[in-house]
Amino acid sequence: MPTESPTTGVRDGATAPALEARLVTKRFAGVTALDSVDFAVQPGESLALMGENGAGKSTLIKVLTGVYQPDDGELRLGGAPVKFARPLDAQRGGVSTIYQEVNLIPLMSVAQNIFLGREPRNRFGLIDFPRMYADARGLLEVYGIAVDVRRPLRSLALGIQQMVALARSVSINARIVIMDEPTSSLEAREVETLFSVVSLLREQGIAIVYVSHRMDEIYRVAERAVVLRDGKVVHVGDLADLPRVELISLMLGRSVEKVQRGGATAFGGAHSSSAPAVLVADDLSRKHQIDGIDIEIRPGEVVGLGGLLGSGRSETLKALAGVMQLDRGVVKINGKTVRSGSVPAAIRAGIVMLPEDRKAEGIVPGLSVRDNIVLAALPRLSRAGFSSRRNQDAVVEVFMKRLHIKASSPDQIVSELSGGNQQKVMIARWLAMSPKVLLLDEPTRGIDVGAKAEVQALIDELAREGLAIVLVSSEVEEVVEGSARVIVLREGSIETELDGDEVNEDQLLAALAGTTDPTGARGADR
Amino acid sequence: MTEQTVTITLPKRGATLMVLQKYGVYIAIIVLLLYNLVFTPNFFQIGNFRTQFVQMVPVLIVALGMALVIGTEGIDLSVGGVMALAAAVIPLYIGYGLIPVVIIAVVVGGLVGVINGSLVAFVGVQPIVATLSLMVAGRGIALLIANEQLKSVIDPNLLAIGRGSVLGVPYSVIIAVVLVLIIALLVNRTTFGKQLIAIGGSRRAAELSGLPVKRILLLVYLLSAVLASIAGIIGTARLGASVPSTLGNLIELSAITAVVVGGTPLTGGQVKVAGTVAGALLLQFISATLNQHNVPDAFSQITQAVIILFAVYIQRGRAAVR
Repeated sequence: MPTESPTTGVRDGATAPALEARLVTKRFAGVTALDSVDFAVQPGESLALMGENGAGKSTLIKVLTGVYQPDDGELRLGGAPVKFARPLDAQRGGVSTIYQEVNLIPLMSVAQNIFLGREPRNRFGLIDFPRMYADARGLLEVYGIAVDVRRPLRSLALGIQQMVALARSVSINARIVIMDEPTSSLEAREVETLFSVVSLLREQGIAIVYVSHRMDEIYRVAERAVVLRDGKVVHVGDLADLPRVELISLMLGRSVEKVQRGGATAFGGAHSSSAPAVLVADDLSRKHQIDGIDIEIRPGEVVGLGGLLGSGRSETLKALAGVMQLDRGVVKINGKTVRSGSVPAAIRAGIVMLPEDRKAEGIVPGLSVRDNIVLAALPRLSRAGFSSRRNQDAVVEVFMKRLHIKASSPDQIVSELSGGNQQKVMIARWLAMSPKVLLLDEPTRGIDVGAKAEVQALIDELAREGLAIVLVSSEVEEVVEGSARVIVLREGSIETELDGDEVNEDQLLAALAGTTDPTGARGADR
Repeated sequence: MTEQTVTITLPKRGATLMVLQKYGVYIAIIVLLLYNLVFTPNFFQIGNFRTQFVQMVPVLIVALGMALVIGTEGIDLSVGGVMALAAAVIPLYIGYGLIPVVIIAVVVGGLVGVINGSLVAFVGVQPIVATLSLMVAGRGIALLIANEQLKSVIDPNLLAIGRGSVLGVPYSVIIAVVLVLIIALLVNRTTFGKQLIAIGGSRRAAELSGLPVKRILLLVYLLSAVLASIAGIIGTARLGASVPSTLGNLIELSAITAVVVGGTPLTGGQVKVAGTVAGALLLQFISATLNQHNVPDAFSQITQAVIILFAVYIQRGRAAVR
């Protein structure tokens, strides 16, 4: 039995986890999302919470942060049983959460955000701005961030905003910091800063629960992992004893051999083609964004667009898809010029784009899976303006089956699906248009490992069927393994093009950095 | 991928809330009817119901257009001005006969819709600002046209729209029912309806999916104005006079209330036609009930305000549950 402190009833500090869930069960309308989950994170420890979408990760986080109340089991904070009736209770208890979207007020200054609701006052009871600025500066300096704290938060890079959120929560006495996909919108350099902050927090005895789809990060940041699958804990242990393949297989519930054979991605091989180009883009230019981009894509070919953030890769896709107005340049499909700057014209010509921001630009959250799939194809599935349910159902059924879209029915609201399934709904929306060229902007961002593999395999399959595909991804291995050719962009122009054997990580990284010497590439920053 | 599907169903926070969101307006109507059955003498008589239905027609017709606009995450404050405008042109052209005057009134009112729609869709003005200007300007122009005078209209065909009936059913009610059916069909069965709802759900996603967003928005505001013009014609026919100074005054508020109470969220992405009809019916029954118990009209307005607050509160709950 651990010793109990007579005054607080708290167990001996050396053994009591910072935060613990005991046999926590949570059900939603008969579906068990968490099934007797045991979970504990020690002070100063960094713990990875792993699992596919739907494994129960987000439900567990919501239970730990007071958003949901467990149906069964209990939470313990520093060894003492607690009940979080609402998120504020958890925050007061020292549990704080950092999301990929920063939950702060964009128009207020950095300092105001940090001290929101507890601003230092002067003797007149008014906000003591000089002190607030000084305190904020001091607080951020600890994390190696030197910014003008009077600037509005939104004028800062996303990574810095996240640090501000972190600084805020730690300064409000956080003992446990839960990080939910904190790096998904960060640039490489910002990720480094975040990691150094994580070690700083740990030195202060703060417990970190780290959730990410990025395996590299997990192994760098965390010591221990708790793996969830189907609402149950399937593994708890040190990451040092857990090879990456084994971790993935635990998450997927698949055998190790199968995962290993799949390689890092599910791409079957590079797809090249010798057919005449289906899409020819010439001299695409727009001030400050892209300059003189020429691209040719053949049917059945996957062409990667490489480049760092801000290199113009997303802008190039937008130019091709008619989303962005061009200053000059033409896009031709099978020799015919496509009216530029018009999405409907591009779609009619057969160019479709999967947008990068699925939530804001892709799905219509309040509509059903069916309505989302048929959104673009609606006029084709209608007669004289009247939509035909039968035509729609035929299309929806085909694509839900083919893409393995997991939904209780086509009538389920799309925002209830996991990110991977939402992405598949988006792909279905475009395949229903029988496109000639498919532009993919970060098709696997923010989706779980299993869905990622499925999407990658699907890209392969579509290319084999003769679709021309342009792939933008910030994951180097995805670009390298998925593409036959890689066009590397840098500061809005084409830096170089890698073909055949040149398509490998070293050459790509060298090209991204703008050097031909692979050794200097990795550390390069912009 | 594993075979099991773990569907995360979102928590049903408060089953009562869900029921209220879905059926609240219908429950309220039933409660009100039961109350009247017990406490209001002569309420349950065909004549009374006929009066009630005739009275609610203008609000209902305007609310149908409002529901479409709100479905796109917009709002149309100009409907009262459009009604006044339609009313103002009637005396000028009534000499040409009923059909031409109806067409002229609808075209003139529809023009306001085209301006609204163009401002919103092409210029990018916020709906509330665009339609607010036309709410004021519409009535102003109507008063100019009418020389700020009330003009009685004695064309028997026009008066029949307001006062005549067939087999005991007033013409105006028949017109309203037909319009309800048309709008319901439009929303639920046509490409246009689906597209306008998608625009309300996520305009950006709709644009990137190649939907003709601007054209649809323009059409939606045009439809709202056309419906308001029809309401203006019916209102004029019922009064037997063109009264641009007061016709349709504050009707935008009743229409918005009917739409919101009927379950169409102000945030767009949904259109409930049946709910809108029920919302208009509820407003009518409330004011009739208060009226027949000799409660001053001001109370009826306060009640309306309370209902709006309550309906929006319930819907906010819905958003939170999602």
